[in-house]
Amino acid sequence: MALTIKGTQQGILLRPLSASWADVLQALDNALRDAETFFRGGRVILDMGTQELTRENLGMLRDVLDRYDMELWAVLSENEDTVRTARSFGLRTRLPGEATPKEQPTPALPEANALVVQRTLRSGQSLKYPGHIVLIGDVNPGAEIIAGGHIIVWGKMRGLAHAGALGDEQAIICALELAPAQLRIAGHFGRPPEGRRRKSLPETAKISDGDIVVEPWFTRE
Amino acid sequence: MAGKIITISSGKGGVGKTTATANIGLGLAMLGVRVICIDADIGLRNLDVMLGLENRIVYDIVNYIEGRCRFRQALVRDKRFPELFMLPAAQTRAKDAVTVEQMKSVAYEAAQMVDYVLIDSPAGIEHGFRCASAPAEMVLVVTNPEIASVRDADRVVGLLEAEGGPPVRLIVNRIKPELIRRKEMLAPEDIVDMLAVDLIGLVPEDPEILAAGNRGQPVVLNNGSPAGQAFMDIARRLQGEDVPFAPLKAPSIFTRIFGSH
Repeated sequence: MALTIKGTQQGILLRPLSASWADVLQALDNALRDAETFFRGGRVILDMGTQELTRENLGMLRDVLDRYDMELWAVLSENEDTVRTARSFGLRTRLPGEATPKEQPTPALPEANALVVQRTLRSGQSLKYPGHIVLIGDVNPGAEIIAGGHIIVWGKMRGLAHAGALGDEQAIICALELAPAQLRIAGHFGRPPEGRRRKSLPETAKISDGDIVVEPWFTRE
Repeated sequence: MAGKIITISSGKGGVGKTTATANIGLGLAMLGVRVICIDADIGLRNLDVMLGLENRIVYDIVNYIEGRCRFRQALVRDKRFPELFMLPAAQTRAKDAVTVEQMKSVAYEAAQMVDYVLIDSPAGIEHGFRCASAPAEMVLVVTNPEIASVRDADRVVGLLEAEGGPPVRLIVNRIKPELIRRKEMLAPEDIVDMLAVDLIGLVPEDPEILAAGNRGQPVVLNNGSPAGQAFMDIARRLQGEDVPFAPLKAPSIFTRIFGSH
């Protein structure tokens, strides 16, 4: 991957990993296309680190984000030229509630980003969040829950769940009763086996050797 | 004091909304309270047939909204129980002939006259459903013990909740105890568990329903009908009576032979 994408409470954080801006934009475009409408309307924080961002590259990034109805909101950088460029575009260069970037070389972004919702997710309803989702309640058939990170359902999971929707293959889905219509983790799909439902017990789904596997939740001694 | 406005809804078609409206409306009238049943299925009028009042219709809800008649003129009084009135839908109009605001004002006007206003919602989750549920102080969601209708009921409950809507009660209609015992049909407990909604009625499948609808004599009038009894129980529960849920029994051969007349 030429960049990392991560949901935070303040917005969607992009960190380029490649020196080639074309590669970064291509990877971003692919990730956004895969996540469908997941990010629509979201605001974006670009963390450039020490890498320089030219006006031209910034414009190209905005073009990609525009296609997905996303807005570039802030650029974090340790490079003074980049900071000036970002400001000239009317972008934030530091996040609210944060000390000045110069005193704090690595921007401290809130890492604990989980959405906690307590209700029944009913048919036709959709819950999407770039970070982790914790749902206290049931996911009924015909409902969907899509997270950038893990999905934890304290209830019955009977709809569609997509964890790691930004491509994170480490993401897991766990529920007190896992009887979903379909499970997706990153780019992998899984359906429960046909036939009778097993007895209900807490289970976890994760990717193992390229497949989604479901395991009972045991606490071992 | 204004009467209580209750909408009967389901999402899916053909699960028994109109049958439920006719029977609960008639059941309430039999208990001696005044009821107006409003058919909100504009363009697909059915409630009049179920109630056996088809040939008494002079004006309909759209005529009233357009100012062609007074409210009382549009009402059809039941021939059996003078406490029961029906406000018919227009049969020759399109679904969007009534706006949400108009339906609200009609329902509020009806509520001034009687103790209960029952609104028979059209199937679907579009305009007609929104009109019918907008004035409701309570919504009775009808479902059958099968997966598709339960899912649609779930959708309806979700839409009502999203609008901060009225309390919802569940009617499970067309239950076949034999099939539930053989695990070929969803049990009511499973449905209630999934929908997380309070139950107000369990109505068994009853072959009488079809004939009764065709004759315009709702089963609630028939003392021997288990479905009629179940609808009467719903009417009593609406009236605040604590009616226990009758255990669902498959009719034995004995009652099959001797129970009918």
